[in-house]
Amino acid sequence: MPEPVLQVTGLRRTFGAVRAVDDVSFTLGAGGSLGIVGESGSGKTTTARIIVGLEQADEGQVTVQARARAGRARGRAERLARAREVQMVFQDPYLSLDPRTSVEAVLRETLRLHFPGTDHEARIRELLDQVGLGTRAADALPRQLSGGQRQRVAIARALAVQPAVLVLDEAVAALDVSVQAQVLNLLADIREQTGIGYLFITHDLGVVRCVTDEVIVMRHGRIVESGPTGRVLADPEHPYTRLLLESVPRPGWDPDGIAAARRAL
Amino acid sequence: MNALDIQGLRLQLPGSARPVLDGVDLTVAPGETVALVGESGSGKTLTSRTALGLLPPGAVTEGRVLVDGQDVLTMAPDRLRALRTGQAAMIFQDPGAAINPLRRIGDFLTESVRLTGTVNAADADRRAVELLDAVGLGPELLRRYPGQLSGGMLQRVMIAAALMGDPILLLADEPTTALDVTSQAEVVALLGRLRARFGTGLLFVTHDLGLAAAISDRVYVMYAGRIAETGPAAALFDRPRHPYTAALLASTPRLEAPSGRLAAIDGQPPDLRQELTGCAFAARCLHATELCREEAPALRGTHPAACHHPLEGSRTDA
Amino acid sequence: MSVALTRRPGLGRLKAARAPLHPICLGFAALVVLAALLAPWLSPYDPNAVDLGNALAGPSSDHLLGVDAAGRDTLSRLLLGARTSLLGPLGVVVFSTVAGIAVGLAAGWRGGWLDSVLSRSTELVFAFPGMLLAILIISVYGEGLLAPVIALAIAYLPYVSRLTRSLVLAERTRPYVCAYQVQGHSALQICLRHVLPNIAPIVLAQSAVNFGYALMDLAGLSFLGLGVPALTPDWGRMVFDGQTAIQHGYPLSAILPCTLIVLTVVAFNVVGERWADQVARRTT
Repeated sequence: MPEPVLQVTGLRRTFGAVRAVDDVSFTLGAGGSLGIVGESGSGKTTTARIIVGLEQADEGQVTVQARARAGRARGRAERLARAREVQMVFQDPYLSLDPRTSVEAVLRETLRLHFPGTDHEARIRELLDQVGLGTRAADALPRQLSGGQRQRVAIARALAVQPAVLVLDEAVAALDVSVQAQVLNLLADIREQTGIGYLFITHDLGVVRCVTDEVIVMRHGRIVESGPTGRVLADPEHPYTRLLLESVPRPGWDPDGIAAARRAL
Repeated sequence: MNALDIQGLRLQLPGSARPVLDGVDLTVAPGETVALVGESGSGKTLTSRTALGLLPPGAVTEGRVLVDGQDVLTMAPDRLRALRTGQAAMIFQDPGAAINPLRRIGDFLTESVRLTGTVNAADADRRAVELLDAVGLGPELLRRYPGQLSGGMLQRVMIAAALMGDPILLLADEPTTALDVTSQAEVVALLGRLRARFGTGLLFVTHDLGLAAAISDRVYVMYAGRIAETGPAAALFDRPRHPYTAALLASTPRLEAPSGRLAAIDGQPPDLRQELTGCAFAARCLHATELCREEAPALRGTHPAACHHPLEGSRTDA
Repeated sequence: MSVALTRRPGLGRLKAARAPLHPICLGFAALVVLAALLAPWLSPYDPNAVDLGNALAGPSSDHLLGVDAAGRDTLSRLLLGARTSLLGPLGVVVFSTVAGIAVGLAAGWRGGWLDSVLSRSTELVFAFPGMLLAILIISVYGEGLLAPVIALAIAYLPYVSRLTRSLVLAERTRPYVCAYQVQGHSALQICLRHVLPNIAPIVLAQSAVNFGYALMDLAGLSFLGLGVPALTPDWGRMVFDGQTAIQHGYPLSAILPCTLIVLTVVAFNVVGERWADQVARRTT
C-alpha cells in the first residue's frame, strides 16, 4: 500500500442548519486517482474547496504528504508551501482564466511566484507541450481559445506549480464529448508521466469509470459507499449508489421506476 | 400532418463564410420523440429555435420550416406570436435563468395565455393547476416564487408552462443538462407520460448520446450545420453508418466499457470563418478520400447517412 | 455581468441615437480642451484689464465678443476661464475616482466589519447633497478653488466606491480569482493585478460621466459667488458678474459663458455615456 499523499479525516462543515460536509474521511495514495461522486448538495464541491484551502472546515484534518493543513495560511512561505501541495482545475473554462492575461503570461506569473530565477521560457514551452498546446497558443488571450484549449491552459497552470495532488472539480463537465475525451486522455497521460495524484469530483459515472481507480459516493454530506471503482460500479452495496447507476440513461431504462425509487430513499 | 417539418433549411449569418445551417431536413410526427444530437457549433440549438421563428439578427434563410403545416419563416408577426403561445412551445436548458425570479409561479404559468386573450383568467388558473398536477406538483406552488423551488421542480414548472397553450410541438433544448441524474430521470419520465397523454411531438436537443438513445424514437445527428445521419434510435447506436457518429460513440466514456484511454477524435469542428468544400467531417475522418474532400455527400440509403463511404457492420466490430 | 452605472436622469435622453451627435460632441470637447491649453497665447487681451470707459460694448473689431460690465474682453475671459472651468472638474474626478476605487476595493474584497464601516460612511455622504456639502466647506475654509474641489470630490466618491464595491463582489467569486488564491498569490496581488484591471473600464466610464456633472456643480458654486476668487476668470463667475449686464440690456457677456457651460457639459456627458455603453457592450 503506497504512502497516502492525501489524507482527510473527520471533515465537518456546516452552513447554518445545513450539514454540507458530515464526517468525511478518505485517503488518496501517491499517483492514485480517486473519484468523488454525488449530486448537487452532496457536499463534494465543499469537500474539494476545503482540501484546496478555499474554505475552512469546522472540524477535521487534511494532511498532504504528512503535513497537516489547518486553518488559514499565515504568511507567504505557508501560502506557497500549500500551493505546492494541492492545485485545482475548475469546471467553467470560460471563467477560470483572467480574460486580460495571455496564456504565456499566466504561466510566467506562476513560475515567477514559485520558482524565481529559473529559466521560465523553457519551462513554459515544456508545459504547453505537455498539455498539447502549440507555441501559437502562447500569445493567445482566453477569448481566442476554445473551451477545451482553455481547460488545457488551466491544467498547465496547475501543473506549473508541481503539486502532489490535483483536484479536478467537474473539470470536463462543460466540454463537448469529443473534447472531453481528448482532455481525459491527456489527464491519464499526465498521471502516468508525473505520478501526480488526482481527486476527481464529478457527477458523471462514465467519467468515473474511465479515469479513477477508487471512488467514494457522497449524499447529503456523508459518504455512503467507497471502494475500487470497478467493484462499486459493477456491484454496488448502498441503495443510493444503485439509484445513481440506474439513473444513467441507456436503451431500455425505466425512468418511472427511478423516480419512484428516488422518492422512496 | 407532421408537428414539425423542416425542408431544406439554410441559414446564413453575417460575418460567417459558410451557412450556419446547411440544408437541414427534419420531421417530427405528433406523439413522436425525436432527438437532435450534436456538439457545440453543430447548429442543433439554432435549428430548434427556427421552429419558433427565433432567428438571430441579420439571419438570411432559405427553405421552409412548417409547424402544423404553416411556414414559420414567412409568417406575419401576430400569427407568429399566436403560434408561440399555441401550437409550439420551448423548454430551455436552465430553468433558473429562463423564469422571471420576481414573479410568482402562477403568474409565470398563466401570463402568455392571458395576454393573447385566448383564455380568460379563471380558466387559465384552472388549467395551470391541472398542468401542475400533471407534472407532479401541487397547487400551492402557484403562490410561490421561483427562488423557493429546486432545479428539478423549476424545470417541471417550465414544462407545465410550455403545455399551457396545448401545443402540438414541444421543443426541448438540453432540458436536463443542468439537473442531477436522478432529477433528469424524473423529468424524462414526465415528458414520456405527457407525450402519451397529450399527443405532442417532442424535439429533444441534446449532446448526450446515451440519453438520446434511451428516450427517442428517431435520432438526427448534426455536424457543422448539416445532418450527418438519421434513423431509429436503436439502429443508429448499434450500427452507426456515419464515421462521425461512430467516433462520437467511441469517445463517450461509458459504464460498460473498460477503463483507460478513450478513442478521441483529433482536431476540432470546422471554423465558421472558413469556407467548406466537400464533407464537413473529412478533415477529421479516418476513412476520408479525395472524393470526400471535393464533394459534399447527400443523405442517402434506407438508414440515411451523409457519407460517401458509410460504415457497414455494428459498432462493436470497429 | 451587468451592473447599472448611476447617471442622473434627464441627460440620458441625448444618447448618440443619431449618428453625428457623438463625433460632434467629441470634437467640441476636444476644442474646449485645446482652447484651455492654448489660452494664454490665443487670448487677445489681459482678461483682467479693466476699461470702464468701454463697458458693455457689443462685439467690434477690437473685441470680437464684446466686453463685460467692467470693460474686460469677453473672449479673453472665456478662453482663460476654460482653464479654471475644466481644471476643477478634473480634480474632482481624479480624486473621487482614486479614493472611490480604494474604498470600494477594500470594502468589496475584505467584507466583514471593514465593509460595514466603509459602506455606512459612504452612505452618510450620499445623504448630503453635493452642493450643500461644498458650501459648508467653503464657508469654513473661505475662497479658493481647492476647497470646493475637495468638497465635491468627497460628494462624488460614494458613486465610484459603490460601483467598485459591487464589481469587486462579483469578480471575487469568479473561478479565476479562486484559482489565483489556490496558486498562492496574496490577496493584495490578486486585487491589484487581476481584479482592478478587469473592473477599471467600467469605473472609468462612470467617472467620465461624472466630469460633466462636476463641471456643472462647480460653475454653479462660482455663480453663487463661492469658490473661485473674484479676479480669476471662470465661466460660472462670469455669469455671476454678468447679472448687472443683463439688467442693463447687454446680456452677451452673461449668455456666452452660460452657453459654453451647457454645451461643454452636454459634450462631455455624451462622450462619457458613449464610452460607458461601449464598455458595457464589451463586457457582456
